[in-house]
Amino acid sequence: MGTPLLALDNLTVAYDTEEGPLAAVRGVSLSLGKGDRYGLVGESGSGKTTLGLAVLCYLAGNGRVTGGAIRFGDADLLTASAGELRRVWGGRIGMVYQNPATALNPSLRVGEQIAEVARAHLGLGRGEAHGKAVAMLAKVRLSDPAAVAERYPHELSGGMLQRALIAMALTSNPELLILDEPTTALDVTTEAVVLDLIESLAEEYGSAILYITHNLGVVARLCDRVGVMYAGELVEEAPVNDLYHLPLHPYTVGLLGSIPGLDADKHRAPLSTVPGRIPRPNELPAGCVFVPRCQLAEDACRAARPLYETVAPRRSSRCRRWLELAGGWRGAADTSPPAVTAATSGGAELSAQGVKKYFPTGGAIGNLLPSLAGPPVRAVDDISLSLPEGTTVGLVGESGCGKTTFGRCLVGLAEPTAGTVSLGENRLSPSVAGRPRPVLRRLQMVFQNPDASLNPSLTVGRAIGRQLALLADLPADRRRERVAELLRSVGLPESYAARLPEELSGGEKQRVAIARAFAADPGIVICDEPISALDVSVQGSLLNLLSELQASRGATYLFISHDLAAVRYISDYVAVVYLGRLWEIGSTAEVFAPPFHPYTEALLAAIPVPDPATPRRRLRLAGNVPSSVQVPSGCRFHPRCPRQLGQICETEEPPWRQASSSHRLCCHIELAELQRLQRLAPSTVEAANDA
Amino acid sequence: MASRAIPASLGLRASRGWRVLYHRLRRAPASLVGGSIVLFFLLTALFGPYLAPYGPTDQNLAAMLQPPSLGHWFGTDLFGRDVFSRVLVGSRDIFVLCGSGTLGAVAVGVFVGLAAGYQGGLWDEGLMRLMDVLLAIPALLLAMLLLAVVGPSYGNVLLVIVVLYIPMVSRVVRSVVLELKTKDFVEAARLRGESSLYIMFAELLPNALPPLVVEAAARFSYSIFLVASLGFLGLGVQPPSPDWGLMVAEARDSYALAPWVLAAPAAAISLLVVGVSLFSDGLRRLLRPGVAGG
Repeated sequence: MGTPLLALDNLTVAYDTEEGPLAAVRGVSLSLGKGDRYGLVGESGSGKTTLGLAVLCYLAGNGRVTGGAIRFGDADLLTASAGELRRVWGGRIGMVYQNPATALNPSLRVGEQIAEVARAHLGLGRGEAHGKAVAMLAKVRLSDPAAVAERYPHELSGGMLQRALIAMALTSNPELLILDEPTTALDVTTEAVVLDLIESLAEEYGSAILYITHNLGVVARLCDRVGVMYAGELVEEAPVNDLYHLPLHPYTVGLLGSIPGLDADKHRAPLSTVPGRIPRPNELPAGCVFVPRCQLAEDACRAARPLYETVAPRRSSRCRRWLELAGGWRGAADTSPPAVTAATSGGAELSAQGVKKYFPTGGAIGNLLPSLAGPPVRAVDDISLSLPEGTTVGLVGESGCGKTTFGRCLVGLAEPTAGTVSLGENRLSPSVAGRPRPVLRRLQMVFQNPDASLNPSLTVGRAIGRQLALLADLPADRRRERVAELLRSVGLPESYAARLPEELSGGEKQRVAIARAFAADPGIVICDEPISALDVSVQGSLLNLLSELQASRGATYLFISHDLAAVRYISDYVAVVYLGRLWEIGSTAEVFAPPFHPYTEALLAAIPVPDPATPRRRLRLAGNVPSSVQVPSGCRFHPRCPRQLGQICETEEPPWRQASSSHRLCCHIELAELQRLQRLAPSTVEAANDA
Repeated sequence: MASRAIPASLGLRASRGWRVLYHRLRRAPASLVGGSIVLFFLLTALFGPYLAPYGPTDQNLAAMLQPPSLGHWFGTDLFGRDVFSRVLVGSRDIFVLCGSGTLGAVAVGVFVGLAAGYQGGLWDEGLMRLMDVLLAIPALLLAMLLLAVVGPSYGNVLLVIVVLYIPMVSRVVRSVVLELKTKDFVEAARLRGESSLYIMFAELLPNALPPLVVEAAARFSYSIFLVASLGFLGLGVQPPSPDWGLMVAEARDSYALAPWVLAAPAAAISLLVVGVSLFSDGLRRLLRPGVAGG
């Protein structure tokens, strides 16, 4: 392999905190050759971002490298002078950060910021540098790069910004590109486009890539070697195909098992999961760091820290029992009973008829003088949907398509502009304030952001207890008991009742939020992206929890998500939303098989599948979701539709077509024709790939 | 870990909590000094009247303008009153007046801030514009105006402190409410049918406590100034009360002859104000670790 480009040798990084130094990265050794693509995977708190920053010698003020060495080419970065480091930063190593919205200076034009790199590292003059910036923006396939260069960061969408950042990182033709979760903040469809771009540019420039992420699907697509980090240690390292087919560390096994594959289904088997949470650096167990969450742990594991063994050529694992794993152990199946649809609780079905929600634009003046107000934002524009009892209906779409607003209309947190929401025969008041207690009791919601859904200054016990006090007719002395019961039912110890939200991890908070929603035995729960803010390993266990609760209590869910794999796993029916309207609705099996609506097809093709062997469909959506102020004429999807027919799509609204008794979609293309097109090799559809 | 304020320190398991508290305090030694000063004055306010060697208004015309001595630690004033005793007893007035004034402002300000922030719309516009009017007039000028209308007295000075400081307090509360009222936990409360009043006081107010405590401490230190200024101008507490501001005003005439009569109350005012400021600064660091820049 020759001399590696980047070599970390036994690297240890610590942060000085109020509680003394905390080692966030401990004894990590890895090396990257020229042009290698290395994926570094782990949950939040595993130290992967710290490692990335340490490679750059760009740690936060209280962080320092306390041991080991970093060699980059022939230079020792740890002893390099500030001047040398400046030449390396942005010159020989490029970096792309997680949140594109904060990575650029908001008060400088995008082109100027890229030109600055060209001036500093390529020694170009002002004019040349600007030309280079425009050329780089063209390289990342932004349409009209000259105009983009003149814009400020807030005038670009997230996907465009991330592309501009990649352009910036590649300007100096770096030998190494560090990407820290570059697509996590983006939509699935945008993510797919950005990943394509990274892949093709890395080939063109021959840069090595260090790709830091928690998403195993992305790594499978992009990388050729993978390192799995846990609690600051590298626990396994392998070529990408080997890792996915034969993981040799129980943590990797758990991570892979907790992702619902595109064929997983709650009725068949629960997802295998990694129970518990990642330990803080000052609470590490004595032996193997993974022991508290490991299903294979035995006494010898607790006694001493296992060696980081080379178990096969180019493969290493930090597990004593890797040999057993090599024998094919795949994690103990979750012991919970298989999910069966229980008898329904005998309430009425929730349905929405023609719900619309428009938000006025024009602010205070528009409110006073409606004639001055601009056209409204049509967040939800005529959606009718009913939730069959005891089932899960998945609602999918990109962000900004109105799915959350629709969920809020159902529970009454947003008042629909038009249309009605009914519970059985009962027409519900549009606002939650006007709904009687029995209705409130039946209709609850689990929110997206676990940090915001619990009051930071109230204990878990009070949060759940208050729900019981108001909605369940429970005498005060029985409440404490019931809170403990609820906590147990969501897999938390009773002692958590006395805790404050900040002492809980994200997944635990979401469990509490679920316990709160289920406190008074609701019949119907609206789950608004309940798992999208969480780590992979936690997502799996929450999906299990939700289907378990559904089985035992016969609850009905509306599961709102942009994660199609999760939706497929948990849903019985799926509805696809785009720009405030439904485009396809049917049972899960029907929606996930041809004929698809072209939008569904593109969403499916965009999912990074956590298996490098899966053939990829190259069908991409162009650009972003258009603004819901000026909705495109004809079929709303036509400007981005990869299968657009022509004139008719731009002028006429498409008709609903009935594919089966339970499956409908709304498109100008005949069902038989769609079926034929989609049965063909999907790659024949060329990507209309521009912003 | 740089999380929100009070719950942060209270929520930690005790041993770790104390260690964190100790570390934060050690980084802000000034707040310890400030705290000690405040504590010292608090003790004099509590026990001053019992410790004072003379009555605060006892005149002894035979011992006018005596310099500091063993008998009169801070000397005597124009009427032969013991300056030490007057300063000692005066600290109680300051604490009672400024303390209850600040509390009053906090009580009303919390109502105004919660109502304006949570109800929004016309409530917000109406209440906050009224607050803006109060803020637009310089504080001392407004205080003098009000006192000129209602007449100077102990109770009216209290009223002036309350009116003057409501806007600041309500702004602090409102800003916290605005930040939190769209959060999901408020929506969850609405979904279980909580009343607006419950959401304002039980869900939102606890989260406003840390900045509120800091604001109250700052208001307290300003109100000491205000009371002293009003006393000095003759609009505050009336003679012969041992009010520090009033004492400074009275001592002006005999300044050249007996500087101690002026120095003692002036020093007391400065020391207490500096002490409260340092203390409130420390509180801010303690309750909001992020702001301390650690």
